[in-house]
Order: sequence, then structure tokens, then C-alpha cells
Amino acid sequence: MKAFTQHKGLAAPMDRANVDTDLIIPKQFLKSIKRTGFGPNLFDELRYLDEGQPGQDNSARPLNPEFPLNFPRYNGASVLLARDNFGCGSSREHAPWALDDYGFRAVIAPSFADIFYNNCFKNGLLPIALDEQVVDQLFEEMYAQEGYELTIDLEKQQVIKPNGETIDFEVDEFRKHCLLNGLDDIGLTLEDADAIRAYEARRREQAPWLFDSVK
Amino acid sequence: MAGQTLYDKLWQDHLVKSREDGTALIYIDRHLIHEVTSPQAFEGLRLAGRKPWRRDSLVATPDHNVPSETAERAAGVAGIRDEISRIQVQTLDENCKSFDVVQFGINEPGQGIVHVIGPETGATMPGMTVVCGDSHTSTHGALGALAHGIGTSEVEHVMATQCLIQKKMKNMLVRVDGELGPGVTAKDVVLAIIGKIGTAGGTGYAIEFGGSAIRGLSMEGRMTICNMAIEAGARAGMVAVDQVTLDYVKDKPYAPKGSQWDAAVENWSRLHSDDDAVFDAVVELRAEEIEPQVSWGTSPEMVAPVSALVPDPAKEADAGKRTGVERALEYMGLDAGQKITDIKLDRVFIGSCTNSRIEDLRAAAAVAKGRRKADSVKQVLVVPGSQSVKAQAEKEGLHSVFIDAGFEWREPSCSMCLAMNADKLGAGEHCASTSNRNFEGRQGYGGRTHLVSPGMAAAAAIAGNFVDVREMADAGESA
Repeated sequence: MKAFTQHKGLAAPMDRANVDTDLIIPKQFLKSIKRTGFGPNLFDELRYLDEGQPGQDNSARPLNPEFPLNFPRYNGASVLLARDNFGCGSSREHAPWALDDYGFRAVIAPSFADIFYNNCFKNGLLPIALDEQVVDQLFEEMYAQEGYELTIDLEKQQVIKPNGETIDFEVDEFRKHCLLNGLDDIGLTLEDADAIRAYEARRREQAPWLFDSVK
Repeated sequence: MAGQTLYDKLWQDHLVKSREDGTALIYIDRHLIHEVTSPQAFEGLRLAGRKPWRRDSLVATPDHNVPSETAERAAGVAGIRDEISRIQVQTLDENCKSFDVVQFGINEPGQGIVHVIGPETGATMPGMTVVCGDSHTSTHGALGALAHGIGTSEVEHVMATQCLIQKKMKNMLVRVDGELGPGVTAKDVVLAIIGKIGTAGGTGYAIEFGGSAIRGLSMEGRMTICNMAIEAGARAGMVAVDQVTLDYVKDKPYAPKGSQWDAAVENWSRLHSDDDAVFDAVVELRAEEIEPQVSWGTSPEMVAPVSALVPDPAKEADAGKRTGVERALEYMGLDAGQKITDIKLDRVFIGSCTNSRIEDLRAAAAVAKGRRKADSVKQVLVVPGSQSVKAQAEKEGLHSVFIDAGFEWREPSCSMCLAMNADKLGAGEHCASTSNRNFEGRQGYGGRTHLVSPGMAAAAAIAGNFVDVREMADAGESA
């Protein structure tokens, strides 16, 4: 997994609550057996004026001129400002894959859905939950100032505004550690293989019906 | 010390190791696999030279991409017309072969929607931890299991280590006491719950559903409730084990037999919250107050009783919510203040991991019997949740009831719940759907989904618009 330490990038809005993972990446693109290539179809139904199909040349499709990510001023954005309950719905990891593939490195919102939040960390994408008033303020400043860039320092757990003002954020120690170092958590878990085997042996005695029923 | 909740007990039973950073390694007993969220995980294993830790914990089946149409389905995987879908199903086949994973293949007797076949085969049982790369894994919590959806990276993690790295969730009790009225079903209960607490109301919680109305439900009904816990934001929903659970699990193909059954029953008898358990949040509903529900918007929390009016955004005090309602009404093509019963339907979908079990089909058939779908309704799809549900329905003659009513009787698949196969809505079409999500575009580009119970869906198919299923004579008491 790619590491996340510090990132400075242009902020762009996804200004609605309850953005679900169907909206982030519609189901027809889930037929892919790869992890990459979802970026051109991020927010497909909002971004284009027609219905997208997998494998299609997206550069020939009509763009929705009213969708902010299509505005020239948000070109190259890498920090997404969003609203409550971002990433609700399906568990599809294609959602963070699409955000990452598009070029986003962080999403800032008042709250995230649990599965999406968890999936982000597995892909070097940092979800940052901040108080609603703080997010409101960021939205206002971003709308008011073209080229509004935010710096995110994971080590210090801070979002730094263009004027130098800092906002602290919370992140689990384990997730932070993995993200800072780009660690593969399977490898970390396998360091506890003995503990897993010991549990398994104990459990097999207590509840043998949980083992070997499916062959 | 306060007693433990059901979730506390399941957590404790599966705790391999607590770490200093506040996370824990949780052991996973059952891992269900389908074609959409597994290929990248198998690829990850292959690239790292890893093998599944415990292959007997894995059960796979294709469901999302498989055609529901009988003629297309007959030719098996090779007959899937959509090439990209076919490749994905083939990839599951190949991965199951090369990693020696048990798979119920496309037209094999055990095939079906992964959340339908788990309980019906006994592959998922009380006291288990169950995961799957699918958010509706919460369904299996109905058995008194700790079950939740995971992403593809975690699918790979569980395959490689048999564990998940987790932080303990908070405990929420949703208690529904009283008796449900005739024609009011588990689906209406869970929609009413989501309407009350909102789609993020359960975020960070494991929800236990309790109270006399929940206890009074069949296992199928409890699965419908737990299935939609995720629509309230909770990864996991669960119901305590009782005699209904035991009667359901007994004699399932993978269920313990003989002396092991007795030992299992003894072990499972403790799978309920202690009387003095403390919940972080408690939500209460009265069963008598719940009417048949219909969703009118683009989030499952946008739901109302069938007798209600489509809400007026102008009456919404919160600016953010007001914009949300306005946007939803625009997408749905509805007017503030119009009667729910004036909404006309173009298509009807009866199926999905929420409502495709035998009781659901019986409830729909009870309404459809001796009637015809309205001419204005273009299509009514009835998609059984599994081969076993299909066989049972055909044994009971339910398929004939549907066919006589002008409905289409299809093959087990996720079908129009998420429209990954050929079953989808056209832009602007309204659908009465027994599925779980009314998100924009979910059932097809520009499609408009209204979530309802199977009986309500069948009634809407007959009438051409929403009607209160209780007003239809002979509707009987549905599941």
C-alpha cells in the first residue's frame, strides 16, 4: 500500500449529504476484475450527461457542466470536501479505488459510513472527520477563494489552511501507523500466527461444529 | 459488573488478541464469497504467494452478475451474454478451482444470493462470526451471529489470516414491542426503524433487534430486519437465539448433528443479552403504530406510511435536509404533498437478499392469486433468492400464481436490486421494489426506486399505483 505522510493539494466540493457508494462508482463498473482504472468513472452519473459503460472511451462523453469537478477551477483537485455520512451503502472497495485513481488523497467530511471509512485506509486514502461547523467553514473558504489548497499532515494529525491556521483531527493509532509507513496489514497479522493457531485449537475443542462442516 | 450484550459475548468468543493500540484480532468462522468483490483479493493472494488459511471456512457462489432470464441462464457461465459479467463469473470459477474453495456454481442446486444460501444450508449458524465482501452480510445476524460486510482488502486479509483487525463497536438496542397488524411485515418494521433513526443513526454501532414484535417474527422476517441494519448505518445487526432460531437451524445440511447438535444448542443458549446488560443507545418503537411503508426518496430514511403524503421540503427546518428532500423529489419526479397512493409504477421487482425467501414469495403470491397485473405496469419480476427457494415455490405452485398474474418467474440472482445483470429500470421509471436501496441509479440509470414489502409490491403490480395491501381482500397475513 502506498504511504501517506504529508499532502498539499487543491480542494474540491462534493456538496451533498449521504453520498452513497453507488453514486461514487456505479455498479456496471464493478464488473472489472482489476483494482485500477476506475478514476474516469468516479461520480459517473453526476459527472457525465449520458449513461456510462465499462470499457468505453470516456473522453468522448458529454460532461455535465454543472458538476463542480468539471469546473476548470477544480482541475487537479486531490482533497475532497464532503458532507455527512459520506460513503454510505455498499461495501464496494471500488469506491476508494475510484477516488484514488482520480487523484484524491484525502476526503474531509463531518462523518463517514463505517465500511467506506475502513476501506479508505487500505488504499492510502485518508478520510478525515471534522466537526460540521469546521467543514462548513472550509466549504465557505473554498468557494470564496479559487485555488484553495489544504495541507494535510498525518504525523501531526493536522489540516493546515492556506492562511496557516491548523485544525486537529483524530485517527486511530494503528491505522495511522499503517498509513504513514505504507504497511501491508496482512503481514502484520501473520506475525500473530501462533496466537491465531492457539485460538483455533481452543475453539475447535469448545465448538467443533464450526470446523470442517464444509468440504 | 454489568452484564454483557449479545454483541459483547460474540466479540469475546472470537477475540484472538487485544493489542495495545486499541485494536483487536477477531477470528472469522465463515467467509462467504461472490464474484464481484473477490477477484482482486484472490489476485492479491496469488501475488503474495499466499493460500487461504482455512479453506473449510469459505463458501462461494455467483449471484450479482448471473442472468435471471431462464433461456440465457440455461447455458450456464458460457451463456452469459454480457462479456464482462461472464469474465467475472468465470474468474470466480477459476479462483475456486485453483484455491480449492467450495462453490455452488451458477446452475447447481445450492446456488443463490449469498445471504440466502448461507442460512438455508447451515453454512451460517448461531454464534459464528460471518463476513463477506458485501454490506448486506448483516443478514446472518438474524441467527445470533456477528456478521458484517467488508471491503475487498479485508476479503484478502480474512482469506490469508482467518482474522480481521477490528475496533469494538458500540451497542445499540432497537426494541419493537407489541403486535404487528395484519399485512404489516418485517420489511415495514425495518423501514420504519430507518425512517426513525436515519441512515447514519447506527453508524459505529452493532444493533441488536429485540422486543416482542421481533421475537414474534420468523427467521425469514428476522433476516429481512438484520439485512437492512446497514441501511441504518450499522455494519452488524443481530437477534438473540431462541427456539425459533433452533428450529430453523436444525437439520440444515451443514448444521451439527447428533451429540454435536446437543452441545451446540447448549452453547447457543447463552447467545442473548443479559438482563442487566447496558446499551450505549436504545431506540423503541410500538409495533401497533407501524403501517405498511413506502420509500419516496433516494435514501432509505426517506420513507413514509402508505397512507401519508410526499413531504414538503418547505416544512423542513434544517437547511441541509431541505436541500436533500428537494433534490430527492426532483430526481424521483414527485410533488410535495402528493399522495403516496397516487404514485404510478412502471415496473415491480420482487426479490433481493432482503425479500426473496419463501415467506416473501408466499406473501406476494397471496396478493397476486387470482388477479392480473395492471396493463400500465410494463414488467413484474419475481426472482427467487436461491435454487432451493425456487424449487420450494414451484412445489407450492407459487410460480403458477405469478405467471397467471402476468408476472415473470425468474432464476436466482441479485437481479434488479442493483441491476448488474440485464434486469434494470429505464430512466424515469418508477419501481415498487422489495430490495434495500433506493439510491439514485441503483436499479438502472435514472431509475426511481420505491422500497416496499413483498405484499405491497404485489399489490402495486395489480393496482398500477401504490395501495395499502391491507385493503386488498384475501391478502392474508403476509410474512
